[in-house]
Amino acid sequence: MERIKHFLKSFLLFELLKGMKVTGRYLFAPKITVHYPEEKTPQSPRFRGLHALRRYPNGEERCIACKLCEAVCPALAITIESDQREDGTRRTTRYDIDLIKCIFCGFCEEACPVDAIVETRVLEYHGEIRGDLTYTKEMLLAVGDRYEEQIAKDKEADAPYR
Amino acid sequence: MINIEINGKQVTVPKGGTVMDGARQLGIYIPHFCYHKKLSIAANCRMCLVQVEKAPKPLPACATPATEGMKVYTHSQQAVTAQKGVMEFLLINHPLDCPICDQGGECQLQDLAVGYGASESRYQEAKRVVTNKNLGPLISTDMTRCIHCTRCVRFGQEIAGIMELGQAGRGEHSEILAFVGKTVDSELSGNVIDLCPVGALVSKPFRYSARTWELSRRKSISPHCGLGSNLIVQVKIDRVMRVLPRENEEINECWLSDKDRFSYEGLNSEDRLTTPMIKRNGQWHSCDWPEALIFTVDGLKSVMERHGAKGIGALGSAHSTLEELFLLQKLIRALGGGNIDHRVRQADFRADSNLQGVPWLGMNIADVQQLKSVLIIGSTLRKDHPLLAHRFRQAVKNGAQLNIINPMDDDLLMRVANRAIIAPSEMVNMLARVLKAMIEAKSSEGISKHIMQSLEAVNVTDEAQTIANSMLTNSPAAIFLGNIAQHHPSYADIHAIAQVIAKLAGASFGFLGEAANSVGAYLAGAIPNQGVLGSEIKHAEPPFNAAQMLGNSPNNAVPPCKAYILMNLEPELDAYNPQQAMKVIDNAEFVVSLSSFRGNITNYADVILPIAPFTETSGTFVNTEGRVQSFNGVVSPLGDTRPGWKVLRVLGNLLQLDGFDYETSEQIRAQVIPAEDVITRYLNNDLKDYAINIPSEEMIGLQRIGEVPIYQADPIVRRAESLQLTSDAAPPKVWLPTVLLEQLNVNEGEIVRLKQGDGEVQLEVACDDELPFNCVRVASAHSNTIALGALFGEISVEKL
Repeated sequence: MERIKHFLKSFLLFELLKGMKVTGRYLFAPKITVHYPEEKTPQSPRFRGLHALRRYPNGEERCIACKLCEAVCPALAITIESDQREDGTRRTTRYDIDLIKCIFCGFCEEACPVDAIVETRVLEYHGEIRGDLTYTKEMLLAVGDRYEEQIAKDKEADAPYR
Repeated sequence: MINIEINGKQVTVPKGGTVMDGARQLGIYIPHFCYHKKLSIAANCRMCLVQVEKAPKPLPACATPATEGMKVYTHSQQAVTAQKGVMEFLLINHPLDCPICDQGGECQLQDLAVGYGASESRYQEAKRVVTNKNLGPLISTDMTRCIHCTRCVRFGQEIAGIMELGQAGRGEHSEILAFVGKTVDSELSGNVIDLCPVGALVSKPFRYSARTWELSRRKSISPHCGLGSNLIVQVKIDRVMRVLPRENEEINECWLSDKDRFSYEGLNSEDRLTTPMIKRNGQWHSCDWPEALIFTVDGLKSVMERHGAKGIGALGSAHSTLEELFLLQKLIRALGGGNIDHRVRQADFRADSNLQGVPWLGMNIADVQQLKSVLIIGSTLRKDHPLLAHRFRQAVKNGAQLNIINPMDDDLLMRVANRAIIAPSEMVNMLARVLKAMIEAKSSEGISKHIMQSLEAVNVTDEAQTIANSMLTNSPAAIFLGNIAQHHPSYADIHAIAQVIAKLAGASFGFLGEAANSVGAYLAGAIPNQGVLGSEIKHAEPPFNAAQMLGNSPNNAVPPCKAYILMNLEPELDAYNPQQAMKVIDNAEFVVSLSSFRGNITNYADVILPIAPFTETSGTFVNTEGRVQSFNGVVSPLGDTRPGWKVLRVLGNLLQLDGFDYETSEQIRAQVIPAEDVITRYLNNDLKDYAINIPSEEMIGLQRIGEVPIYQADPIVRRAESLQLTSDAAPPKVWLPTVLLEQLNVNEGEIVRLKQGDGEVQLEVACDDELPFNCVRVASAHSNTIALGALFGEISVEKL
């Protein structure tokens, strides 16, 4: 009896039909493939992409050179030099992030007492020559200025969970 | 002795000791802010509250005397609740902005708040705000952060000797401030930065430049005054960021003078040399080391061919390391010459051959505090030896009588029992009077006939009598010669008489070492008539000392050298008589300068070899009590700079001299000092067979008192920016007593013309009535006064 069953199954290509059934199901199921770059995946407000330095609404930079981000950075990607600005406040004279070293852990963002350094949703950036991916203070501030609206929105969205 | 129990552990504290003392002995940490082991007890922060058995309420550990059988619990429920309560009160008015505070990371309040603070403040009301004060160029303030521990106030009263900071107001209105319109000008002021447990008083030069966790801490030794203070140099990416004290009870305790603390700014100054330079056809060129060294060797060889090795004079500095000075003298002696000296500010070398050893303090620094009678001859004390002055201050507080024989009567910030303020020309006579008074009071036993004869014409005055009595009746007593005495034109006589006085009084006798390596320079053999460790040197003709080399030896004039090797020196600022010195050096055929700084060297040198300052080289300083302290470089040499000993070593090789194959500075040190314990054998202040000469007639006319200002004493401090902004570094004035002002018919604030030798300068007049009637006090070693001549001697003042 067993042998007859086995013979019929192999003779009528039953296993093949079973496989085709899976193929058929996926043929008609809704697709999840995203056609990057025309289409993009959704991002969480906590997405950790390119860094930015933020400003206050009056244009004053937020960073106060406390150096906590530099201290907490596990990859030693941040380099800060500080000094007293002419108006007597504590400010950075240099704020470099080496994005090649950075592991995007987000600790710098966590450590920052004034929400100055943040990680934006930007993930499409590149460097062409050595040193391109070392972002200086000016570059980071420019990123901040460009995406401030989005950053503020994300911060607000995340605020209830902090 | 009292036995107490802390947290179940038995400990014995001396009578009068506190619970805090017991806890410290046991290594139990009790949180505290206002308590400091070197200061009096204030018990005003209340952070050290502990539970004491049978006491109804918690007691402050720092102010609770230990009693027999006392049982203390420092971490019990009651103690911790009390401490947490105090912390909450302290944090009520303290701003919670640690990220912008410069003390962040090294703040006692921050650390303790982690252990005792709540995670959130319950205080909702407005916090108090206190305006910042201007305390001068060294201390920056954030007065809102102050927790009123009053450590800074107590430091001023008890250690610095002057209360420049005080607490005004009560309760919430209390604040720390200086006197109206005044800054904090004490030469020890920087210590309040270390004392402040919060970020209220912080270092101005260092402000906001780095965080404590970024800095590596490296040990070093101060290259300034003779004390040899132990330092921690903090370094970030090969740059010295600041200097802190390293505790050493026997030397600097936990303090540091401002000179030691802030001079690091000079190390990073614009004036630093970074490449060797040579002068060809009147033009300066930067070059590489081989070229510069070969140029140097050729220059020295050509001078030697024409004038022999005696045509070369080498002048070192007592601020150089033992190794550098040793190699310099070895080089010059291996070339066949012997003109080597480091005492460029000394004028009188008559007793040089009578010296029995290396002049030193005569006792341990720590023992100064135990003295009961002190006689200080010719010293600005506070300015020349800030931390030694603190030791004397403690001695005076313990009941010592301080006697001074000095040309000026500056405020020493301690009680002076007897003072004799006399013109420099009279210092020898004054000492002779003291000696005579002592002989009359005691006996003439052991005093040579020659001295007795020369004392015949001396009349004892009242002040000499009281000084003599003070020295005779109090024991232990000590006599010290300060910088002014050591620069004095009759130094040999002062030395000899002081020594006799000390013997007669049974007092210790010593020198307040002028520079970090004053003792070491002698040990290294950087003097003309002695080799390493006082070994004998044979010369066909006597070699020149510093005065002879620099054309300042009227009684014993010699033709000037044809070539000079200057190490770590700026002769126009460092020499006894800058006028003469520059004349001689300008006329030399070939001048080699080993220096860290450019200064005016390009005006007179032919080749500049940039050598590393103390932070960039390894080396050894022997301080004034004969303590050998070696240190390593803390950063790498700037640019093409090289350690001085390496430069001298290679010079020795290029000159094809034997015995210049040292690989490390330790090898050099081992050759100078085989073992540390032998040093004491060579320390001896005695003069043998020196015939004392007491001048009879007084000097006629005006005479100069030329002291070296505190922040002009060596090349590094001269370039320390913040120190140069202090009131101690203000441009020199002409200080005259009222008598002279009236005679000259000038008023304070006017400009007068000063003439000395063939130089003249114009300076502002100021009045100091404590000066002797015929004395003009003009500081030396300042760019405004380098045109003048000798530190002491005749000077003329003219109304413009």
